[in-house]
Amino acid sequence: MNCTKCKMKAAIKLPRHHAAFCKSCFTHFTHDQVVKAVKSQQMFRKEDRILVAVSGGKDSLALWDILLKLGYRSDALYVNLGIAGYSHRSLDKVRSYADKTAAGYGATLHIHTVEQEEGAGIRELSMLVHRPTCSTCGTIKRYQFNRAAIEKQYDVMATGHNLDDEAARLLGNVLHWQEEYLEKQGPTLPASLDGFAKKVKPLYRLTERELAAYAILHGIDYIVDECPMAQGARTLLYKEVLNRLETESPGTKQNFYWGFLEKQKVKPSVRSTMAERDQACLHPCSTCGQPTTADVCSYCKLMAKAKTHSMS
Amino acid sequence: MHIQLSHPPRTVDIKGPKRAKDLLRELNLVVEAHLVIRGDELVTEDEMLYDQDHIEIRPVISGG
Repeated sequence: MNCTKCKMKAAIKLPRHHAAFCKSCFTHFTHDQVVKAVKSQQMFRKEDRILVAVSGGKDSLALWDILLKLGYRSDALYVNLGIAGYSHRSLDKVRSYADKTAAGYGATLHIHTVEQEEGAGIRELSMLVHRPTCSTCGTIKRYQFNRAAIEKQYDVMATGHNLDDEAARLLGNVLHWQEEYLEKQGPTLPASLDGFAKKVKPLYRLTERELAAYAILHGIDYIVDECPMAQGARTLLYKEVLNRLETESPGTKQNFYWGFLEKQKVKPSVRSTMAERDQACLHPCSTCGQPTTADVCSYCKLMAKAKTHSMS
Repeated sequence: MHIQLSHPPRTVDIKGPKRAKDLLRELNLVVEAHLVIRGDELVTEDEMLYDQDHIEIRPVISGG
């Protein structure tokens, strides 16, 4: 099979685009998709400082790589969750990329270690507060990324969520008619209030398969294992279903998620409503000062509960 | 040919020659969820694979 553009030998076939690309044309394609995402969703400008949330997986490392190569000023934050074996290996991948590639662009890697700051790893914390690990992890990561972005004065925080992540999340929200979540699902979440960083997903136009291919073709050494805590998660089931549909009917994931985004545009009031609602109900947490709808934010409640249980 | 798989990590041997897409079908793996790597080279689904090839079939769902 030859490259649709230059007729050299292709490395990857993209049925949803009726195309196949060699390494060079595929690189151009992926960068172009990110440029389109950034511009169409008004994610950030060339002069903005971006904080990339990295995990050691293909998506976040590919995102950091693409942003650096496109000339964006992007540093990264890794949150070490203290998952035995897995966190250590994923941190190695992140450090290796930061030292070998990102440092050459003048980019910095920040590391937050949950065990150091919170006194226990994610597994222990979730057991102490009797909550699922993924939910505890989500609370900690959201909190730490937002806090780092605000404290270190980044203009925007970028995550490696791809088309598969967004389509799977959309499927889950639709299946359970979680309309309040549907309203908030999008590639750009504005900084609706002081204390909340703007959050963007520049990879929403690229599939998981395309990002894995990008990482392989560019020699990005990433952690291939799925997080051991995420095994059996419902999102993985939704992804499997969507991948079966995609194989039989290329373009399904794209039509599903991009179609949703088009429909969101018809209701332009949604985003301003979100911001207005946030303004109306959010205020600083009485413990840490981060924005929350309650007196004490969910992160501080979690940590207080963990502390109480660990002492008893 | 010698094939390395993940989730869980294992190796299998399958007789070649065989196209990559037929290999995936034989192993009951979905094309959209996997990439085929020969040596250190990413190959498309129509690529013919031979007995002496070292193949990795990498799942694309990964990471934390």
